[in-house]
Amino acid sequence: MTGLFIHLWRRRGRVTETIPRTKSAATNAGPVELNLRGSLQIRHIDAGSCNGCEMEIASIFSPYYDAEQYGIRLVASPRHADVALVTGPVTRNMLGPLRVTIEAMAAPSVVVALGDCARNCGVFAGAYGVEGGVSEFTEVQLEIPGCPPSPSVIIAALRDLAQS
Amino acid sequence: MSIWLAAMALCGFLGAACGAISPKELRAAVIATFTIFSSLCGLVVSASVLHSGHPASLETTQILPITGVQLHLDSVGALFVAVISVVAIAVVIFNIGYTRDHAMSRTAACATPLFITSMLLVPSAWSVTTFLVCWELMAISSLVLVLTDYQRNAKARSAALWYAVLTQIGAAAITFALVLFAVNVGSQNFSLMALHSASISSVIRSVIFMSALAGFASKAGSVPLHVWLPKAHAEAPSAVSALMSAAMVNLGIYGILRLGNTLLGGGPSWWWILVIVLGLNSAVYGSIHSATSTDLKRLLAFSTVDNIGLILMAVGTAGLLRATGHPMFGALALFAAMFHLVNHAMFKGTLFLSAGSVLYATGTRDLDALGGLFKRMPIASSIFAVGTVAITALPPLSGFVSEWLILQSLLHAISSSAVVSVVLMPLSVGALALTGGLTAAAFVKAFGVGFLGVARSSAAESALEPPRSMNVGSGVLASLCVVVGVAPILLVGLLDRVVAVVESGSTPMVRGHGEALVIQNMHDILDPTIIATVLIVALGATFGVRWMLARHYQVRRAPVWASGRELLTARMTYTATSFAEPLQRIFDDVLQPSYDLDVSPRGESRYYVDSVKFDTMGVDLFERLLYLPVFAIVRALANKVRLVQNGSVHRYLAYSLIALLTILLVAR
Repeated sequence: MTGLFIHLWRRRGRVTETIPRTKSAATNAGPVELNLRGSLQIRHIDAGSCNGCEMEIASIFSPYYDAEQYGIRLVASPRHADVALVTGPVTRNMLGPLRVTIEAMAAPSVVVALGDCARNCGVFAGAYGVEGGVSEFTEVQLEIPGCPPSPSVIIAALRDLAQS
Repeated sequence: MSIWLAAMALCGFLGAACGAISPKELRAAVIATFTIFSSLCGLVVSASVLHSGHPASLETTQILPITGVQLHLDSVGALFVAVISVVAIAVVIFNIGYTRDHAMSRTAACATPLFITSMLLVPSAWSVTTFLVCWELMAISSLVLVLTDYQRNAKARSAALWYAVLTQIGAAAITFALVLFAVNVGSQNFSLMALHSASISSVIRSVIFMSALAGFASKAGSVPLHVWLPKAHAEAPSAVSALMSAAMVNLGIYGILRLGNTLLGGGPSWWWILVIVLGLNSAVYGSIHSATSTDLKRLLAFSTVDNIGLILMAVGTAGLLRATGHPMFGALALFAAMFHLVNHAMFKGTLFLSAGSVLYATGTRDLDALGGLFKRMPIASSIFAVGTVAITALPPLSGFVSEWLILQSLLHAISSSAVVSVVLMPLSVGALALTGGLTAAAFVKAFGVGFLGVARSSAAESALEPPRSMNVGSGVLASLCVVVGVAPILLVGLLDRVVAVVESGSTPMVRGHGEALVIQNMHDILDPTIIATVLIVALGATFGVRWMLARHYQVRRAPVWASGRELLTARMTYTATSFAEPLQRIFDDVLQPSYDLDVSPRGESRYYVDSVKFDTMGVDLFERLLYLPVFAIVRALANKVRLVQNGSVHRYLAYSLIALLTILLVAR
């Protein structure tokens, strides 16, 4: 009993069973020093997405994938978040709110670009109202490729981030 | 001591004369100098009277014909003189800065010292004529002062009219009472009146008291005679509002105490039940209105009605307990009343002067148009904050001590066996609790909406700290709130002496023990110094812990999070109207607000609007139900008179002819 408490105290974050892992396809763009100890609080920002990536994000929290068992949670405010999860090309109207949201997060925090559009505008490159990829406006620490990336890829990338 | 009394009056009247003849730029400074001298004389004489217990008196036959002037300051009067002096000093210092942009008119410069001096003389007057002359002088000079801004402020005229009517009706009632009293005892000297008052029949005694109570309650602004107060106090210049609210209304209480207790020597319990009921109504009605007002000065004015109600409640309880044979508890209630009176003068003076600073800096009193003042004018706002804490009775400031004492006296009165007090006292305790809650709501609104947050108008955005003299004036009173709150022991001896005079022969109920207040025989102890220390330590500890925790982290200030919105406008913030809305709904039956929604559509369409105007302006319940019908009757009667007197010269000539013929026929 005491041992369990000490264990819980030391780990602090969530204690889950070890699960089989797929290899992460994500590219780590910058040095990440989060020391998150297994837990990841996410604020999702749709900067102009087609909602394909949102479908996949929704499904990682479905009973099948259940990302919450790994300590990955969506939170309501950037004040609570470690990660700004940005989807879609950055559109003109969302550029300001994106900056405000990233500014509102307490350090240490990271910006994750999810999907091809967020990385380099994907099929929307050069379209009307599109300002550019996320990395053109803010420092992106992790990019998850795919159009859209599959839920298992997203989970693998986020778990890598959580363990870093 | 009589020299100081004479000097007090002389300095004041000299100030009025010099104020009238001095050049424009110097007026405020001249009257400030004379008034400070006059008030310092007042403080010296009242301090010596309160300290030694020997009254100071002065008599001259030179000034008023036939009767002469009798001044005589006993401990009760001395307390009022001291309070008025302190408030007057703060106000005239404040006034120097306040009138910098708009120089005082000759009339105002003459009326201000006159008003202050007459207020100082009312508690020292010792004969019916002297009292009435000073009382009238006070009423007229304050009326002139309410009208000061009539050119810039159209509402001032109507406010002054209300004030003039009610104060003159009150003065008539007081004159009737005092003259009836004097005729019945055959003397107009207060000492002789007190001596022979027992010989008057009880019916006449009651008539005297009721009539005087009506007059004094209208001066004190007690419901239902309060109607003038929120109007006049809101529309008068802030220095005058402070004088009226912190000093003049007290004289209504003084009158009730002087006539009811020392001159008539107490009375049957129904007198005092009436006083308690007046106080109860005023306290609850005033606090409901102040919690729902959105005009800063109107809010403060209604809070005066509320606090005067509390004082009346305690005064009535004192009289009731004495009438039912519990003078010991009565002395405690009176002590509480006097303590609250002193405190109210201090914190209401602070608040009205700070409201004046706000008005000076922004030009508006509308809380909905203020906001964000704390950043723009930190000193003036901090002074308002001190007044706020004091008036909401939060420790360690002065309001807490006096409301604690009032509560103690009411609770102990329940234990006295009389049936009325068993019924009335729990009601009063409930009213006190309700009043406390509503006052807190009112001042959270006043400070939170008016001073914190963001500016809601360009006037509030460009507000600047007022001239230093204004902050000094209000700061003097604010610091007294702190001193009285932390060390109430300083006042205990003086107030015990006042109570001993009013409740003749009672033992002092409250005494100091170290720095704590101890209520005799009840084992109730209040140690404000310990409370203050604990609060300061707790505050220090909170900041200490915060500092300890944040020490290792880099602190970055980020803008307020508003869901990614880049533009935060003042229209998104909480306004005073919306803050008061739930209370307005709850007290709908009392307030009966009228909602006025004015939507002007664009062209034919219902859906596109040019402007939406929403207004909730309630007419005072008593004004509507009590005064307006009376006015209508008076107006109808006046119209009847116009049948005879219609302004036609021909008709008047015909009247003269008829009169002449009649006389000739009769005298034939």
